[in-house]
Amino acid sequence: MNSLNYASLFQLTLPETILEVFSLLILLVDLGFLRKSAQSTRMTAACVLGVIGSLAAAICLVCCPQFTSNTAALVSSPIVVAAQIGILLLTALVLLLSFKARFSRNPGEFVTVVLLATTGMLLVTAARDLLLIFIALELLSLSLYILTAFSKSSAQSAEAALKYCLFGGMSAALMLFGFTYLYGLTGSTNLAEIAASLATQGVTPLLIVALVMVAAGLGFKVAAVPFHLWAPDTYQGAPAPVTALIASGSKVASFAVLVAVTTAVVPAAASSQASSQGASWTVLLLTMAAASILLGNLAALVQTSVRRLLAYSAIAHAGYMLLGIAANTPQSGTAVLYYALTYALTTIGAFGVIAIVERTTGSDNLDAFAGLSRRNPLLAGTMLVFLLSLAGIPPLVGFWAKFNLFAAVLRAPSTTVWGLGFVAAALAASAVSLYYYLQVLKRIYVLKPTNEEPLEVSPLELATLVLITAAVVALGLFPAALASWIPLG
Amino acid sequence: MLAYTIYLSFAGALALAFWPKALAKSARVFALLVALAGLGFALAGFIAAAGQGSVALADLAWVPALGIHYTLAADGISRVLVLLTGLAAVAGILFSWYIGDKPGDRANEFFAFFLALIGGVYGVFLSVDLFLLFVFYEIAIVPKYFLIAIWGSTRREYGAMKLALYSFAGSAMVLIGLLAAYAAAGSHTMNLQTLAQYPFPISFQMWAFPLVFTGFAILAGMWPFHTWAPTGHVAAPTAASMLLAGVVMKLGAYGCLRVAMTLFPHGLDPWGWSFLGIDSWRMVFALFAVIGIVYGAAVALVQNDFKFVIGYSSVSHMGLVLLGLLTLTQIGIDGAVLQMFSHGVLAGLLFATVGRIVYERTHTRDLGLLSKLQLGKAMPFAAWLFVIAGMASMGLPGFSGFVAEVQVLIGAWRAFPWFAGVAGVGIVVGIAYTWRAMQRAFFSDTPAVDASGAAIPIPVYEPVTWAEKAGVFLLAGTSLLIGLYPRLLLDQIVPAVQALPHAILTGGH
Repeated sequence: MNSLNYASLFQLTLPETILEVFSLLILLVDLGFLRKSAQSTRMTAACVLGVIGSLAAAICLVCCPQFTSNTAALVSSPIVVAAQIGILLLTALVLLLSFKARFSRNPGEFVTVVLLATTGMLLVTAARDLLLIFIALELLSLSLYILTAFSKSSAQSAEAALKYCLFGGMSAALMLFGFTYLYGLTGSTNLAEIAASLATQGVTPLLIVALVMVAAGLGFKVAAVPFHLWAPDTYQGAPAPVTALIASGSKVASFAVLVAVTTAVVPAAASSQASSQGASWTVLLLTMAAASILLGNLAALVQTSVRRLLAYSAIAHAGYMLLGIAANTPQSGTAVLYYALTYALTTIGAFGVIAIVERTTGSDNLDAFAGLSRRNPLLAGTMLVFLLSLAGIPPLVGFWAKFNLFAAVLRAPSTTVWGLGFVAAALAASAVSLYYYLQVLKRIYVLKPTNEEPLEVSPLELATLVLITAAVVALGLFPAALASWIPLG
Repeated sequence: MLAYTIYLSFAGALALAFWPKALAKSARVFALLVALAGLGFALAGFIAAAGQGSVALADLAWVPALGIHYTLAADGISRVLVLLTGLAAVAGILFSWYIGDKPGDRANEFFAFFLALIGGVYGVFLSVDLFLLFVFYEIAIVPKYFLIAIWGSTRREYGAMKLALYSFAGSAMVLIGLLAAYAAAGSHTMNLQTLAQYPFPISFQMWAFPLVFTGFAILAGMWPFHTWAPTGHVAAPTAASMLLAGVVMKLGAYGCLRVAMTLFPHGLDPWGWSFLGIDSWRMVFALFAVIGIVYGAAVALVQNDFKFVIGYSSVSHMGLVLLGLLTLTQIGIDGAVLQMFSHGVLAGLLFATVGRIVYERTHTRDLGLLSKLQLGKAMPFAAWLFVIAGMASMGLPGFSGFVAEVQVLIGAWRAFPWFAGVAGVGIVVGIAYTWRAMQRAFFSDTPAVDASGAAIPIPVYEPVTWAEKAGVFLLAGTSLLIGLYPRLLLDQIVPAVQALPHAILTGGH
């Protein structure tokens, strides 16, 4: 049906191809040339190649983006490309913070799987065909299951991976089930054609079953309540760079596909049929959003592990973004993407700090952060910026993302009924969220350290964290800086 | 010129955040210089703009796609409050001079948070773009938490967290109202003047006004949302108490006037039905304000902790500010703005006396214990200082408090006579609690004898330092000056109030 020939398909997937080539190259270098070298050399080489690979793919996207029509199976539009570049940069940052990681004796395999996961993210972001979405999501998920279990000597890591894999497998099965029903109802796997076909149909019980199942599958990926159960355990058990990857690029890709699916199943036409059909999907999204915001923020209040705390906060943030998806306008879709990207950037930074603290204190408990400002003021300062940005304090980027998102929700014509109430609830909940972010910052700045020794950080890690901090602050001060890339408003 | 106050404070805060350890002792000198420069700019801007209306300071496109501009301007009200902020900043640093004496004081961090807070406060008073105003408003919240939690005393972590959560909850309410207004008006602009022209439907204003007003009034210490104020004040280090009472509570009152009332004036209109004489949001909030005046004063009357007395007196005095605003009369709002200035100066003075000069030497704030220390003889400077500050705070003619309170009461008499009467009672109770605290702390006739009946010698305390004296003269002098010649400020306040939207000057008719 699509007139894609292989040459143009190759051009379109050039970034993915670059990633694949680099992942093979890393295996070759690591297992071929460096097999006898020291562990740290191998990790450094693998990470350097991984960073180069993702930057090369990003440059390829910046310089020669191939735009396609919006009905293709694999779409490339300015906004998709923006998301993909964002994902590649986020992966590069994750790898930059992995140099010193000690959890694995197989650095080549680790970075290879990270790049495979990134390939999955790029494809997920671009896919507009049910089959392709499923395959790309599975590539992403399987890579992440493996990465979660990568710390072979840690029982927690294995447990987290098993939990993640079991939940993931189940939700993937449900989603596939939902996809087959959608196919059965519309006779197509292409989202654009599904949208066209659904616009002429009424709401049937079968459609509702299909939508619920799709929502379950995608809700799992974005860790929305009630499909969030894996998140706290996985965030806690996985190696820190992997958690950063799960919390960042994977989230961005999943939200991108959720936006695409929403656009398909909620027809733009304002016929009564269409609106009642859209209503069922919107109600699903809003239920998940409200539950996520409530449960995420409340459960985070009582956590003692900073990783679990950030996992619940991630659930809450997913709730905010689901509001934007439910609003279903082009602006709100862009706002969700902006939010997801900036949230991911901040989270990577936060997990970078957690990884460093964990390495020296052996724990990610709140108390492990006590007196960090006296042990390493600069590191503490970066964490201050990350957490305040997550809490949505201006002038940091997290605030703009929230403002932009909620303004887009309120502005959407479809939200006159629920917009104000849900936005008000989200803002009230984010006032609550300040409490748990301050719990961490209280340890860092107020309490006395148990161990007064200065905390050493490698220059590369510190430089990466400072870079992320600078980005969070600069984007907060000049939010319009990215306007040509991801438009605000 | 006024805009430099903002940049200077933030630049100073940034420099202090990266202050080299070797120069730790000089952090306070640097901070004082920055604050003095800020005060200088505030004063220069104040004088230069005499006789003018609103002065535009900056207007740059910030996020053009969202219609958000970096717009700063200052009318008379803003200029008066900026001047107050400059005074409070300098005085606060003078009374924090002890921070930095010991190596573990983290002096550079303290002054960095301090100046960041000050920068945010300057920003709020000067913003015309609502978005910008909100950004500065939130910037001012975060440093308060750290100032109190790190350098505070009694139950500091609790007090700091309570304050931060109350402030943040209030600002969330404000943000809901602003976002709704922004979306309702078509999302083209966040400029206060432009948005104020937009005819929001009455039904919209009827819910948006109380929401935004309450959001700001939480920070102004409005009853029944005032409970953060006494605990926060008591927990805070002296300089932070001075800033909290001196300027941060004014941010709330300023927001009530500048944002809530200006944007949604018809939210003040009667509902069309009444319950026990309460027929509009205006009456509801005026009632809260009056309850705050009396309740704050009554609670201050029975406190044993000296700082709690001052903390509750702040709630009482801020009630007068809110009452003045809600009179919707020229004289009432004039008085409210003047009261903001006056209370800012006097609360700073009282907290400095109690928290710094007395507490640092006696290490107790318990009035029962203080009454045995014969402070009137041991610390004559502090005693006289408290007499002066207390008199001014009671509203004795000759000090700034009197001019302000009289105007508020006249306005209230025209708008709601009953409330004016009750507020007057609150002021009388104010005299009582000040008198009681003064008597017990300094001029107690409790015989100074120990358990065996032997006379306790008058204790000897460290002399009052030059920094403390300088701060005292700055604040007390200002209050006296304004009390004797209120036109210095009123010349700028009155035209600015006249220029407020007509809809909020309709009270008393």
